[in-house]
Amino acid sequence: MTQIPFKGTPEQELELKAFIEKEKNEPGCLMPVLQEAQRIYGYLPIEVQQMVAGGLGVTLAEVYGVATFYSQFTLSPKGKHKISVCLGTACYVKGSDKILAELEKRLGISAGGITPDGNFSIDTCRCVGACGLAPVVVIDEDVYGKLTPDMVDDMLSHYMD
Amino acid sequence: MTIQELNAKKAQFEDLVKVRRVIKEEGEKLAANTGYRKQVLVCGGTGCTSSSSLKVIEQLEKSFVENNIDDVLIVKTGCFGLCALGPIMIVYPEGAFYAQITPEHAKEVVEKHLVPGGDIVKEYLYEGTIHEDGSIIPFAETPFYKKQLRIALRNCGVIAAESLDEAIGAGDYQALAKVLSSMTPDDVINELLASGLRGRGGAGFPTGRKWAFAKASVSDVKYVCCNADEGDPGAFMDRSVLEGDPHCVIEAMTIAGYAIGAHQGYIYVRAEYPIAVNRLNIALAAAREAGLIGKNILGSGFDFELELRLGAGAFVCGEETALMTSIEGHRGEPRPRPPFPAVKGLFGKPTILNNVETWANINPIIMNGAEWFKSIGTEKSSGTKVFALGGKINNVGLVEVPMGTTLNEIVFEIGGGIPNGKKFKAAQTGGPSGGCIPADQGDVQMDFDNLAAIGSMMGSGGLIVLDEDTCMVDIAKFYLEFTADESCGKCTPCRIGTRRLLDILEKITKGNGEPEDLEKISDIANHMRTSSLCALGQTAPNPILSTMQHYMNEYKAHIYDKSCPAGVCKSLLNFHIEEDKCKGCTLCARQCPVGAISGTVKQPHVIDTAKCIKCGACIAKCKFGAIVKK
Repeated sequence: MTQIPFKGTPEQELELKAFIEKEKNEPGCLMPVLQEAQRIYGYLPIEVQQMVAGGLGVTLAEVYGVATFYSQFTLSPKGKHKISVCLGTACYVKGSDKILAELEKRLGISAGGITPDGNFSIDTCRCVGACGLAPVVVIDEDVYGKLTPDMVDDMLSHYMD
Repeated sequence: MTIQELNAKKAQFEDLVKVRRVIKEEGEKLAANTGYRKQVLVCGGTGCTSSSSLKVIEQLEKSFVENNIDDVLIVKTGCFGLCALGPIMIVYPEGAFYAQITPEHAKEVVEKHLVPGGDIVKEYLYEGTIHEDGSIIPFAETPFYKKQLRIALRNCGVIAAESLDEAIGAGDYQALAKVLSSMTPDDVINELLASGLRGRGGAGFPTGRKWAFAKASVSDVKYVCCNADEGDPGAFMDRSVLEGDPHCVIEAMTIAGYAIGAHQGYIYVRAEYPIAVNRLNIALAAAREAGLIGKNILGSGFDFELELRLGAGAFVCGEETALMTSIEGHRGEPRPRPPFPAVKGLFGKPTILNNVETWANINPIIMNGAEWFKSIGTEKSSGTKVFALGGKINNVGLVEVPMGTTLNEIVFEIGGGIPNGKKFKAAQTGGPSGGCIPADQGDVQMDFDNLAAIGSMMGSGGLIVLDEDTCMVDIAKFYLEFTADESCGKCTPCRIGTRRLLDILEKITKGNGEPEDLEKISDIANHMRTSSLCALGQTAPNPILSTMQHYMNEYKAHIYDKSCPAGVCKSLLNFHIEEDKCKGCTLCARQCPVGAISGTVKQPHVIDTAKCIKCGACIAKCKFGAIVKK
């Protein structure tokens, strides 16, 4: 679990509570609520999970269980720029593991980690469905395809502060 | 909307869509009825959007203004299938197929081709559509498209994906109108039973039987679900259908609701598919607004409501009971069956669940009849199958072929063979639950039963082509990493079995394998098959068993000779400089991060294998191909 202190604002809390109020009587609403909470806060720290549990009247254990089951939910904050390396089969056979290794080397972090300045985080994903462009890396909303390790530096340069 | 209004709408938009389906001459005649001299279709699917097709559309709009063009229609469609050549742009009625188009190309095409009296800009056409004498081959006649038969994908890449009008013009909701006005629920189910349609999600269970069970269950509330949680890596059929023709799924689910007596449906779709989610939302709002879902659909008195639920990245949620648990808002863990969902499914009520491609087949079966559908494909697998071709193949993309088409036809004729002159080694189907078909069995007719007979499975339709540079032990390890990671942990055989199998494969690929490891694998695999709770665990050993069946020599090479014949498993390789090829340029020595390469200028260099970390930096830099992995 993250050691980074929680910095939620009252506006964020209001937004989340309004959504919970709207959804709480829908069957199976916990997932949509957590998805919205992650959209608002960027991640699901324990403080946010407590708000969700309280708002929906379910136990914190239930919320934590769901939040940790699905790979989309993250309990620690992500970088300003989120790098997602596709390790789906089509990308893997075309060498996406080498792209990941190069990214890890350049940024000095492993998949799942965040750079100390908070600028980048690296994650792996299962398939973005752009198999025609394999191997593929997604940074924020931008898709980079047909990559080779020597293209990594140039790709990152667009996001350096 | 009433049926009369639906038909009027269809008549209004029919010709506009038909221009894109007929040959040039006929299209020119039809174009006169549409008010548009030409139509430009640009792919707005995930593949082409990722290579900036939306910028092409922006440029077209800008250039139209600059050139005073107001009688050419721009249509943002779903996937055309040939993703390797994206972004793709097709101009009708001539059917000019522009490939790998950039905004600059698009500008030129507007100025030279789309202006009145303009001509096709041949240099930007897909090269497969030009004869040696310079004449143009209709793209439907090119090898990639010629052997295909598009039933599920009938409207993908044809209609504007966000337009209900065009979907209706292309025939969507006609089957719903027919069902609601002239068929009983039993008629619908009997038609499906007679068609022989089998579920396209993997196991191939007869769809009609599933519906019949759910209809027979007595309950005040029933549900219809759509599995759009396409978790199999390398498979993107369902995504393409949702992006290209979302209404066909909405229509089919409504028909199912009528057939089994359900009034509520859920579409469970991967959150990783933002374009598909967006188009589904647009389509649901339009269908609701037009009265095609909701209360009193098409004046029939039948009510049906549909909701979207987003998955959150768990492969196991592709399993039907896990998917339902996830819609209920819990951890997506599977439940024991029986009771089957047709008896006790979502929220404990009778439920049917079909995957996207299965839904996409419903309209054509209702409209053309079971006999027609049965006449396509093989005896026990009627109809077509969509495959997502990926990996080491030239024409990466989406293809739909009649069941029974051979693997060689798909790989070599439609797929255009293997890039860089490499040899075809195997095709992997069925993803993490499937297996490999070796190249020497390339004449296998692809259908549910034939694939099962040779130790693979149809699965959802991902087809990854592997070439001679692929290590089959490494591929098996790749899939086990996946299933070990995605195992939900509820049942022990899967949770521990996947982990143990992965441990053994890691040991083998690191050069520490022992002969008895092969027996251990078989032993664990058998236990997992017979005692795992759901299909994830039952099928997780398949990638190993199938590679062991066909490539035992590679396993033995790793274990006995401590070598990797394909040159993939790093621990078993040594880097080596071939003396006669090395020119002594020193580039590799400067590149080496650990200083393992030594030698004097203009003399062959050597690698100190004790120091070498096998990073491959030297190979990438060597201009003479002098460094080899052995």
